[in-house]
Amino acid sequence: MGVVIQVRVNGKTRQHEVEPRLLFVHYLRDVLGLTGTHIGCETSLCGACTVLLNGKAVKSCTLLAVQADGAEVVTIEGLAALGGNGGLHPVQEGFWEKHGLQCGYCTPGMILAAVELLQANPKPKEEEIRRALAGNLCRCTGYQHIVDAVQFAAKKMAAGKR
Amino acid sequence: MIPAAFEYHAPKSLEEALRLLNRHGSEAKLLAGGHSLLPLMKLRLAAPRCVIDLGRIHALRYIREENGRIAIGALTTHTEVLESPLLRTKCPLLPQTAWEIGDVQVRNRGTIGGSLAHADPAADYPAAVLALDAEIVAASADGTRTLRAAEFFVDMLTTALLPGEILTEVRVPVLPPGTGTAYRKLHQPASGFAIVGAAARLTLGSGGKVERVAVGLTGVAPKAYRAAAVEKALTGKKASEKLLAEAARHAVPQDVELLSDLHASAEYRKAMAVVFTRRALEDALARAQSKKR
Amino acid sequence: MATATRYIGRPLKRKEDPRLIQGLAHYVDDLRLPEMHYVAFVRSPHAHARIRSIDTTRAQTAPGVLAVLTGQDLDKAMGVIPCAAQLPEMKLALRPPLAKERVLFVGEPVALVVAADRYTARDAAELVEVEYEPLTPVVDPEKALAKGAPVLHPQYSDNVAYRWELEGGDVKAAFAKADKVIRQRMVNQRLIPVAMEPRAVVADYQPGENQLTVWSSTQIPHLLRTQIAAVLGVPEYVVHVIAPEVGGGFGSKLNVYAEEVLVAHLAMRLGKPMKWTESRRENFQATIHGRDQIATMELAVRRDGTILGLRCRILADLGAYYQLLTPLIPTLTGLMICGCYKIPAVRVEITGVFTNKMATDAYRGAGRPEATYFIERAMDLVAAELKKDPAEIRRKNFPQPKEFPYATPTGLIYDSANYQKSLDAALKKSNYRKLRAQQAKLRRQGRYLGIGLSTYVEICAMGPSSAMPAGGWESATVRVEPTGKVNVLTGASPHGQGQETSFAQIAADLLGLEPDDIRVVHGDTAVVPYGIGTFGSRATAVGGTAVYTALTKVRDKLAAIAGHILQEDPKRLVFRDRKIFLKSNPAKSLAFAEAVSAAYVAKTLPPGMEPGLEATHFFEPSNFTFPFGAHVAVVEVDAETGEVHLLRYVAVDDCGRVINPLLVDGQVHGGIVQSLGQAFLEEAVYDENGQLLTGELTDYAIPRAWDVPRLETARTVTPSPVNPLGVKGVGEAGTIGATPALINAVVDALAPFGVRHLDMPARRERIWQLIRRARQAGSRPTARRAGAGRDRRVR
Repeated sequence: MGVVIQVRVNGKTRQHEVEPRLLFVHYLRDVLGLTGTHIGCETSLCGACTVLLNGKAVKSCTLLAVQADGAEVVTIEGLAALGGNGGLHPVQEGFWEKHGLQCGYCTPGMILAAVELLQANPKPKEEEIRRALAGNLCRCTGYQHIVDAVQFAAKKMAAGKR
Repeated sequence: MIPAAFEYHAPKSLEEALRLLNRHGSEAKLLAGGHSLLPLMKLRLAAPRCVIDLGRIHALRYIREENGRIAIGALTTHTEVLESPLLRTKCPLLPQTAWEIGDVQVRNRGTIGGSLAHADPAADYPAAVLALDAEIVAASADGTRTLRAAEFFVDMLTTALLPGEILTEVRVPVLPPGTGTAYRKLHQPASGFAIVGAAARLTLGSGGKVERVAVGLTGVAPKAYRAAAVEKALTGKKASEKLLAEAARHAVPQDVELLSDLHASAEYRKAMAVVFTRRALEDALARAQSKKR
Repeated sequence: MATATRYIGRPLKRKEDPRLIQGLAHYVDDLRLPEMHYVAFVRSPHAHARIRSIDTTRAQTAPGVLAVLTGQDLDKAMGVIPCAAQLPEMKLALRPPLAKERVLFVGEPVALVVAADRYTARDAAELVEVEYEPLTPVVDPEKALAKGAPVLHPQYSDNVAYRWELEGGDVKAAFAKADKVIRQRMVNQRLIPVAMEPRAVVADYQPGENQLTVWSSTQIPHLLRTQIAAVLGVPEYVVHVIAPEVGGGFGSKLNVYAEEVLVAHLAMRLGKPMKWTESRRENFQATIHGRDQIATMELAVRRDGTILGLRCRILADLGAYYQLLTPLIPTLTGLMICGCYKIPAVRVEITGVFTNKMATDAYRGAGRPEATYFIERAMDLVAAELKKDPAEIRRKNFPQPKEFPYATPTGLIYDSANYQKSLDAALKKSNYRKLRAQQAKLRRQGRYLGIGLSTYVEICAMGPSSAMPAGGWESATVRVEPTGKVNVLTGASPHGQGQETSFAQIAADLLGLEPDDIRVVHGDTAVVPYGIGTFGSRATAVGGTAVYTALTKVRDKLAAIAGHILQEDPKRLVFRDRKIFLKSNPAKSLAFAEAVSAAYVAKTLPPGMEPGLEATHFFEPSNFTFPFGAHVAVVEVDAETGEVHLLRYVAVDDCGRVINPLLVDGQVHGGIVQSLGQAFLEEAVYDENGQLLTGELTDYAIPRAWDVPRLETARTVTPSPVNPLGVKGVGEAGTIGATPALINAVVDALAPFGVRHLDMPARRERIWQLIRRARQAGSRPTARRAGAGRDRRVR
């Protein structure tokens, strides 16, 4: 009693028959083999599983694969393509440049949450960045370098637009 | 982490959804944004035999002004409420409340209908819809009926929705000139839910008198409620900081059963209900005054 | 041979990051093997119960299920979960991997299910029916000591695991001549480490090769390999452990867990690759916890603030069973109880006690945050009692720089320090005097600013083997390939610390190469020589020194080869810019790769020299190192709600010489914020039935981005004489130094209400109660409200 779904993930159309209870994060990881999206809790609090669903940051562990049918999804593996310069996305660059990660486990989700923030608010203040990332937990960095990374990306993206 | 298996339906119309709901009855759970239901299913605290996913009923996703009120479709996400220019100008209390819900990702998926129908005692919206005297529209095979917010919340996780009914719309008023609103919240530090959430709406009349005021409180009791005694203490009086503080002391009526947990005892909740009621009223008053000028 | 420091000391971007920021890295759960099966555990819902029966019939017959096993099925197949710690007259409390007759904590595994996919495994686990006979749980460690308390381990007469004492100097005399004795009971609460990556294990057995490969999210691949071999009773060469990308540890993965040995066993027993991934709920219940000590501190002081003596009694809640280092952690608290003060006489008594909870073990700081918290709170109590400034009391009791190496009465030798300097720097950076003036002014307005100090010293670079349970050295191999590219193999397997970068920096400088010429390899027991691991802030000081020494050996050999080819004295050669050249005449040079090639081609080697270019060093440190620092926290308490707003945080740390300042800042930030978690938010709460109330992230709060202001950090640099790099270590500094600064600030803010102490976490309700009580008692200020920090929500 599977359900056939079709999802566009990182620009590629994927079609699979899935069990209705399959969580979207498991679809990404176990069915598509896109293991860059991580799982850190089961209560939609840690944000490690954040992906962009139709351009919006969502927690892919609190989403059934069947709910994503017809959606356009970007995961960390496909983010660089959004940067538009053939290299890393500016937010990825910021995380590298500013040491915005240590163990790296929260990083993909954190980066995608930051991407959504900068789409909506290209020049966020530090407080706005901290608030926008409230749904993503990091146990390593103390967040300061993450904030720096987002600020770096904001500047870089603004410069790119000029 | 893994929900139990269930039968899945994704109706494309409300009529189809109602038919499915009738067929499966109490074995079915309605899925909107999934941010109340899915966490429970993953922890296997809920294991419905059948899930009816309302997410494909695009007709239930709108914010529009009609007949002097603003109608919000049940599937409207918290983010859409937060960003709605219409609500921001004509009924800012809802966006103010949506801003305090969860985090960005939760707001992007969670829906106003799902949140209200789940009736979590610590959810944010109930305080606001109470303070706004909102109307909640429920559809069933027999047609629709309109409930007042005050009669909608029955008990913890229990609403006045009947079996076979689906919440389809929330209607809030266009607020008159001279009205200020505010939502102030004490967050539960881990979950981000409300230990206390106070929604206030205050309209100033001539001479700085409080013409109309409403206060909704969530997090305090098994169900959200209107702080009628606070409202009574304010109505018709000249607004002042002192008056608001006096009135806020009536935020928790005698007969309210207080919640108590690891994060806040009943006693603390009660005290905070007073503090946050006052703070919400102060913010609402300041906004009303600034609009008045 | 001079070493130019072109990369050591520079904020190099990390070499490990490109894979991590693109989703290309592999953590254990990312691995998939053909025919892989999934393991799910059935765990005890009771804190203390007898297992009457387990019925696995329904689970076993469910479609897709390969096996269901209980403790009885494993009886002879495996040993117990190991504990490396040994204390005199310590009672043993070792756990079978699956419970047999009894369960002793909520979350203890009692059965397991193996199925073709994770969903089926989870479903089948629900079908296992266990009948329990509940027994009275022992939850409160103080009550566990009471006569008549139920005994967890029936082979013993009580719940005391051990008693440990330490005495130095004449304690009796010190207390006899004291002007005052300051006493305080303090709780250092139980914490949950919450590494963002839950644990995960994959195991695969190839019978033909007789090779068991275990991928585990661990900080200690080699120790795990040894222990898996021991528990399974197979020769160690059968077992191959790989720690791939590890998503944070904080001590919680410095262990050998039941799930690790069970999954390894299943791969051998069932002949299929196995995977188990911990859920967050399991992580909260059955991965080690930290801290959980109750201390009674007594300081004997002279009126002028001189500390004459210290007595400390500690009750340490160890949980139900030992994990790898459980009993040892509280003794570190004992050793460090004097902090950075000259206290001539000390007595510490520790009682370890069993309760029906998950075991405590090493959580970031491991014993030292407790010590620092106890002594730093006590110093503030002394200051309050004597009505002196907390900075002055501290300054008065520091040993002076010329007194180092400084011997403590607890038997340690502090290597090097200038406590005064870091305190002065922190006071200056925070503008302490101005803060005090501002505090006085705000108090008059009914606002409650608090300023908290902490001057800390910690013990790290663990450690000399004589003082460690099982080896304190670390290994490194430097292998230069014929093309001149360098592999640095380290036993200090990282999990976020950035050794792939910092060790490459060391190697680049020593060999005159670029960091891109170097690859740091770790975490694979088949590739890397036996190592101890990354914990106890030891990776750079011990592991880095091993790397440094192995590099020196390689460099000496290369210099000899180059000297032979160039017909020059090797001592006069310099390594730089991928060249080896004569210092006095840089034109006389050899490309680095050329010299390396000569080592392999082996036609132009000095007579008698063995070919090849590889060196291994096992570095045994002569002492621990003792980083230190001074922190200042500024908070405002909202007197209406009890909420604490952290306004500023200033940290001046001294971790000796710095290899990469970017990485050091990252460690300090992360440590401080974990401390903030302990101070304000975190507590593992078990109810009276032994149920873990904070069993999910919905109830256990860890700091979020908006809980933290911008941290203001600075450093002093006092090189350690213990290793040639002069490094001390920094992985735990923030976690050790910050907690008391934060709580001292809260208590300081509440001083107008007569508050002298407050246990952690400083929950807002607790603060609100203290203020309310003071107000009800009258004569205390009645503030209107706090105005600041409305948007910053340290709660």
